[in-house]
Amino acid sequence: MRSTTFRIAALAAATALTLTACGGDDGGEADAGGDGGSSEESAAEGGTDGETVTIGIKFDQPGLGLNEGGDPTGMDVDVAKAVAEQLGYTEDQIEWKEAISAQREDLLESDQVDMIFATYSITDERKERVQFAGPYFVAGQDLLVPTDSDIEGPDSMGDAILCSVTGSTSAARVNEEYGVALQEYGSYSECMEAMASGQIGALTTDDTILAGFAAQDEYAGQFRVVGNTFSEENYGVGLPQDSDRCEEINEILNGLWEDGTMDQIIEDNLGAADYTPNADLNPPEAGGHCA
Amino acid sequence: MLELIEQFNVLGAFWLNIRLAAVSFVLAMVVGTVVAILRLAPVSVLNWFGATYVTLLRNTPLTLIIVFANLGLWLQLGIEFVPRENNPNFILENNFWLAVLGLTVYHAAFICEAIRSGVNTIPVGQSEAARSIGLGFGQSLREVILPQAFRGGITPIGNVLIALIKNTTVAVAIGNREIAYQMRNMMEFRPDAGILIFLIVAIGFVILTLPVGLGTSWLSAKLAVKR
Repeated sequence: MRSTTFRIAALAAATALTLTACGGDDGGEADAGGDGGSSEESAAEGGTDGETVTIGIKFDQPGLGLNEGGDPTGMDVDVAKAVAEQLGYTEDQIEWKEAISAQREDLLESDQVDMIFATYSITDERKERVQFAGPYFVAGQDLLVPTDSDIEGPDSMGDAILCSVTGSTSAARVNEEYGVALQEYGSYSECMEAMASGQIGALTTDDTILAGFAAQDEYAGQFRVVGNTFSEENYGVGLPQDSDRCEEINEILNGLWEDGTMDQIIEDNLGAADYTPNADLNPPEAGGHCA
Repeated sequence: MLELIEQFNVLGAFWLNIRLAAVSFVLAMVVGTVVAILRLAPVSVLNWFGATYVTLLRNTPLTLIIVFANLGLWLQLGIEFVPRENNPNFILENNFWLAVLGLTVYHAAFICEAIRSGVNTIPVGQSEAARSIGLGFGQSLREVILPQAFRGGITPIGNVLIALIKNTTVAVAIGNREIAYQMRNMMEFRPDAGILIFLIVAIGFVILTLPVGLGTSWLSAKLAVKR
């Protein structure tokens, strides 16, 4: 009897601890959200007094948004830093948060992030839930192939197998428009693995992402981006519907192209793969997508 | 909601989950029974083999097994279940069987343990009696042990079946176009639908698994060995 009582007491104590742990966590996040809110107001006034801004980025895309040990790198990260700087935040005031593709609208709607720079294509469906500043860059779907491959586009795949990621626009497009054999995995890394084994002929997604993978040290010189894009992806800055910074960010983005910062950012992050952005579509004119 | 179901062929996707579950379950029952027999056999090497199988497979994440079936067995070793020539659906069909293989070997370990738990419901005296009237190991398994073990193990086997039905969603890891695949597509292309997507998938799984639970409860009561 005594030991039963003790067990129940221990269980109750453990439950209480777990609950408080959760509670503490929630409190922290709520605080962060609150900070974001107030920094929005102060940014509009032109000063930030130590407030932080939470920015959503990809953590797993080399060349675009990669976080290996707390210091993120990539094109989206550098653009985010430049925009945040002009909004009046120092680098120390930026809090990075992972924004995986499927969660981006939810993160913005629930105010867990203030803005998202994560290869976020502007689409009408998404605009029903979030607003977009930008576009700051126009990418296009392309193919990544082994350096010695003679594949020139989705039309010349022959019997070769194409690889892409489940639940992505790129996979759906090749599936519907080109009758190619398509192997889908959960992430691009598995596609790279499969392609390195020689059984898969090409990997398809936005050319920026492909260039990022090709530029990785372990794949240096093994793969090339075909350079024959067959779609138009307008990367925008995701903002909550009620954010009033949209037009301000548009001006900053246009400024980044005018003063050459964007060219430098692209060169720094994707230059190693000999990647040059589509000159017909870049630089894009930011604007027109604010709520 | 109906429009969403039609646009993403939700019913077709669930049908693939049902096919994966049905084929894998039948095969897992066969493999699981064989492994259970190994674990019950009076030969210690076979015992060891069965125990190793269960320990290894039961403790390996299912995603790993299924991804290995694709990257290892197919891409590295070239094992293909369907002809490749003139087959536009080669990848989908081959991935179906690779997923079946992964689901089978994984759940066979659990089926084996479910059957062994059924064996434990049989009083030891019965197998001793079977041996003493001159039945060999195989005969006593066939005539005395296994028929009662399946009947006693219906509930845990039903639990494995329910887990198996839900685990078929892991097959998306190698590109099977089942419901988890369509859920990702819905999230990508219809962000405006929001929580409705989850409701559709959740309701679908309740419809699939609830009858299995009710059925196994009914069966296990009906077939229970009265002692």
